[in-house]
Amino acid sequence: MLIKVTHPYPIRPSEITPETVYADRRRFLRQIGLATAGAALAGSGRAEPAVDANLAPLTVARKSEMAGGENVTAYTDITHYNNFYEFGSAKEDPARNAGRLRTRPWSVVVDGECEAPGRIDIEELLKPQALEERIYRHRCVEGWSMVAPWIGLPLADLLKRFRPTSKAKYVAFTTLYDPKQMPETARGVLDWPYREGLRIDEAMHPLAFLSVGLYGRVLPNQDGAPLRLTVPWKYGFKSIKSIVKIHFAERQPEATWNKLAPGEYGFYSNVNPTVDHPRWSQAQERRLGELFKRKTLMFNGYPEVASLYSGMDLRTSF
Amino acid sequence: MIRLWAWRAAAWSLGVVPLLFAVKWGFQSRLGANPVEFLEHYTGDWTLRLLLTTLAMTPLRMLTRLIEPIRVRRILGLWAFAFLCLHFFIYLVFDLGFSVLQLGEDLVKRTYITLGFTAWLMLLSLAITSTTAWQRRLKRRWITLHQLIYPAAILGAIHYLWLVKADTREPLIYLAILLVLLGFRLPWSQWVNDRRRQESSRTEIS
Repeated sequence: MLIKVTHPYPIRPSEITPETVYADRRRFLRQIGLATAGAALAGSGRAEPAVDANLAPLTVARKSEMAGGENVTAYTDITHYNNFYEFGSAKEDPARNAGRLRTRPWSVVVDGECEAPGRIDIEELLKPQALEERIYRHRCVEGWSMVAPWIGLPLADLLKRFRPTSKAKYVAFTTLYDPKQMPETARGVLDWPYREGLRIDEAMHPLAFLSVGLYGRVLPNQDGAPLRLTVPWKYGFKSIKSIVKIHFAERQPEATWNKLAPGEYGFYSNVNPTVDHPRWSQAQERRLGELFKRKTLMFNGYPEVASLYSGMDLRTSF
Repeated sequence: MIRLWAWRAAAWSLGVVPLLFAVKWGFQSRLGANPVEFLEHYTGDWTLRLLLTTLAMTPLRMLTRLIEPIRVRRILGLWAFAFLCLHFFIYLVFDLGFSVLQLGEDLVKRTYITLGFTAWLMLLSLAITSTTAWQRRLKRRWITLHQLIYPAAILGAIHYLWLVKADTREPLIYLAILLVLLGFRLPWSQWVNDRRRQESSRTEIS
C-alpha cells in the first residue's frame, strides 16, 4: 500500500506482558533503574517476549559461541526483520505471511554428482545427538547485521552422506516454490524458485552450517523453516532458506540475486568492507538493536575462511 | 473564508498527523527492529507524498476552478521540506555520525545520495524564499525560481527508485503519479483551454 497509517508492527499476543510480570512491575522498574533509559533509546527497551512456545523445543549436544562474545540479537528482531521475498519484500512481511508455509512433511532431494543420491526427511535431521548450537554473526548485503543462536549441523556432515564424486565442484541449493503457499511470488519480483550455490570447498568448510532451529526451538517459518543454509562469512542472501533440493554440480550453478544483477551481487558475496556495493558502502553496518553504525569486519569476522580464497582477487571475484 | 480555514487545517494535518504518529510509535518503542531505517523510509515517503500533494494543487485548481488549493500550496510545500530535513538529519546523524568527510564521499560515490542532496538544496532555496516579502522582492523571477519544485520532485522519485533492491513497485507508483501531475503543466492543457475558450466564444456568437 502506498498510503498507510495503520501500524506496520502490530502488537502480537506473544508480546503482551504476562500478568505476573505486570503485577510486579514496580519492583522490576526499581531494579532496572537507569540502565533501561539508555537501552530504551537503542530500541531494545521493549519487553522481550518469550520465544514462540508453539515451536517445538530442540535438544542440542553442544553449544559454541562463535560471535566474539557479542550480545545475541533480540528474538523479536530476528523474527520480525526478515528478507524472505517469497512472503513479501518488506522486512515485516515474512513474519506476517510465512504462517502459510507448511513445513511438515518435508524432505530434501539430494542428487547430481554423487554416488548415493537420495532424499532426506526433516525429522531425521532433528535427532538430538546430531544437533549443536552455534552463535554466529549475520551480515546482510543491505548494511544491517545481527547475532543469532542457530541450531543445526555442519553442512559437510550432511553432504558427505551422499558421497559426492570428484566431479562435484559446486553445491546448488533450491528453495521451495509453491505459489499456493507463497501468493506474493505472483508479483514476480525475483526469478523463482530462489537458488543459491557454494563452491564445494566452501560447502565443506567447518563453518558452513545447516540450521534447523533458532533460540532453542525449531526455526520460525519466516527465518527459513524447516532448514536453511547458514554461511556467516557471506552476505545474508547466500544463506538460502526453506531448502527442498541440494544438487552436486560440475559447473558453477545459477544464483538468484547474482543472475538478477551480476554487477551488484557476486557469486561469492563474501562480506568485505573494502569492496562496496555499486550503490552503497559496505564499510559499515547497523547491528539490530544499535543506533549508530559499526565497522564491518573482513569475512564478517571469520578470518579462518580466508585460505579458501588465497590467490583470488576479491575485488573482481566479489 | 470558513472554507479556506478548512483547507488550511487539512493541509496542516497532512504534515502534523504523520509526525505525531512517528513520535507516538517512537515513545512506544514500536519502530521495529531497525528504527533508524524505519524513520528514514517514513520521512522519505512523507516527503514524496507531500511534494506530490503540493504539485496536485495546480491541477486541482484547473479541474475545480477553486482558489483554495493555491492558497494552501505553500503550507504543503513547507511540510514536505520539513520532512525532507528530518530525513536528511537522521541520515546525517545515524548513518554518517555527523562526519562531513563521509558526506562528501557519499555525495561523490553514491548517485542516489547526490540526487537526494541536490533536491534538498533546491527545496531549501524555495523554503527560504517562500515568504511574501521574498515574493515581492523577486517579482517575476520568483515564479521561475519556484519552478525548481519540478526537478526537485523528479530527483526525489529517482532517488527512491535508485536505492531499491528489486521491488520497484512503490517508487514507480510515485514516479507515475508525478508524471501525470507534471503532464498537467505541459502546453497541451493550455491548448485544450484555448480550444474550449474558442468554442465557448463561438457558441456565444451564434
